[in-house]
Amino acid sequence: MNLQVILDNLPYLLWGAFPEGQLGGAALTLVLSVASAIAAGILGLLLGIALSLSRGVTNAILVLTLGFFRAIPVLMLIFWTYFLLPVAFGIDVPGLVSVACALSLIGGAYLAHAVHAGIAGIPHGQWQAGLALGLSRMEVLRHVVLPQALRIMLPSFVNQWVALIKDSSLAYIVGVPELSFVAAQVNSRLMVYPAEIFLFVGAIYFILCSGLDLIAGFVSRQLQRRSQEAPDRGRCRQ
Amino acid sequence: MISIRQVSKWYGSFQVLGECTTDIRKGEVIVVCGPSGSGKSTLIKCVNGLEPFQEGEIVVDGIPVGDPKTHLPTLRSRIGMVFQLFELFPHLRIIDNLTLAQIKVLGRSRDEANAKGLQLLDRVGLKAHANKYPGELSGGQQQRVAIARALSMDPIAMLFDEPTSALDPEMINEVLDVMVELAQEGMTMMCVTHEMGFARKVAHRVIFMDQGRIVEDAPKDEFFGKPRSQRAQQFLSKILHH
Repeated sequence: MNLQVILDNLPYLLWGAFPEGQLGGAALTLVLSVASAIAAGILGLLLGIALSLSRGVTNAILVLTLGFFRAIPVLMLIFWTYFLLPVAFGIDVPGLVSVACALSLIGGAYLAHAVHAGIAGIPHGQWQAGLALGLSRMEVLRHVVLPQALRIMLPSFVNQWVALIKDSSLAYIVGVPELSFVAAQVNSRLMVYPAEIFLFVGAIYFILCSGLDLIAGFVSRQLQRRSQEAPDRGRCRQ
Repeated sequence: MISIRQVSKWYGSFQVLGECTTDIRKGEVIVVCGPSGSGKSTLIKCVNGLEPFQEGEIVVDGIPVGDPKTHLPTLRSRIGMVFQLFELFPHLRIIDNLTLAQIKVLGRSRDEANAKGLQLLDRVGLKAHANKYPGELSGGQQQRVAIARALSMDPIAMLFDEPTSALDPEMINEVLDVMVELAQEGMTMMCVTHEMGFARKVAHRVIFMDQGRIVEDAPKDEFFGKPRSQRAQQFLSKILHH
């Protein structure tokens, strides 16, 4: 083991050529992941709500579209946006944007189903109670159903975001200098230290993903403390 | 105040309500009973439009419930409803359960809604629990909160859907006491319940339903004295003698 090689290349692995050049390395992975996670979260929430409220043809179209995005590999979607769009429409899509789009769309499609399941998991009686008080469907959703459903969904969101952080390494394929890309660069420059370099890269991904897990655990405990709801919602018997 | 005319409802080809007709005057307390699956709950949920119906007409305080032009949220905000499983909002504190609709639907200020909420919690004997969450309360307490929540909207009538069926026996009375008090104050009430003691005490009329139809609709004394239909006689003997 030669730790010196990691120390020598540490700044490049962590933030690429920044500030002289483009941001890269672990910092770019983080930026890419956070941006895609936020976009996927918003997209998932909106599509999940639409999935829950829509009926008939709209619902069928939505299910098909989401099914499509869940069925294609992230890599294919990256290739399509990166190579196909310029050919087909003459739009030049930067690698970073194509990866962010692919991750957001596919993450959003997965999360939409999690949101839909979370909403469906709230007992029908809660809707009725909200409606009976004179709240509109959207108000019941906003004030009664979603606050409860989001708590159920949180683990699914964390799972999806962890997968998304790791999938951001696919940006390597279109030359985005994120962590995996710069690691491969350093490795081919030095040739003889692959074990050190890739163990270090693995450790960084581990820290990023576990960090997210810790934050989510903390948030979930805070939410639980705010409402110490009994698991059976305090009913005596059904 | 509530007029139900020839109301029929089907789930697919299965008829759940058949030509139900009755009237409830202001200040009247009606108890609806009958075997399970007889359509009692469905009927009272038709009154505030929670359940749609295909035929007939329900008019509440001059407003036709089945009319597509009727703004149902406004109508519902004027009719209180209490559910079998309480349906308090578990993520909100007790006081916030009582203020949510006051603020969002009636447009009251937070202070005004809070004051009203606390006054009603006091009335059902639960003011001390205002800042707790529903899961911390017993079933009986939760149901009393649910009644207070419905009253916070200043309803013109109250619908009760088996309010004591999910409660342990020792908690039933605390809920019934609140309902009796409400009835004695002149609230218009339609209660689906099997609590015949409650019916004897405060009901003006008893409606007996079977297989989606109103079989018997009689003043309390007449119903308990000598029910006309054989089906009601059987039902009464079953629930009164054991």
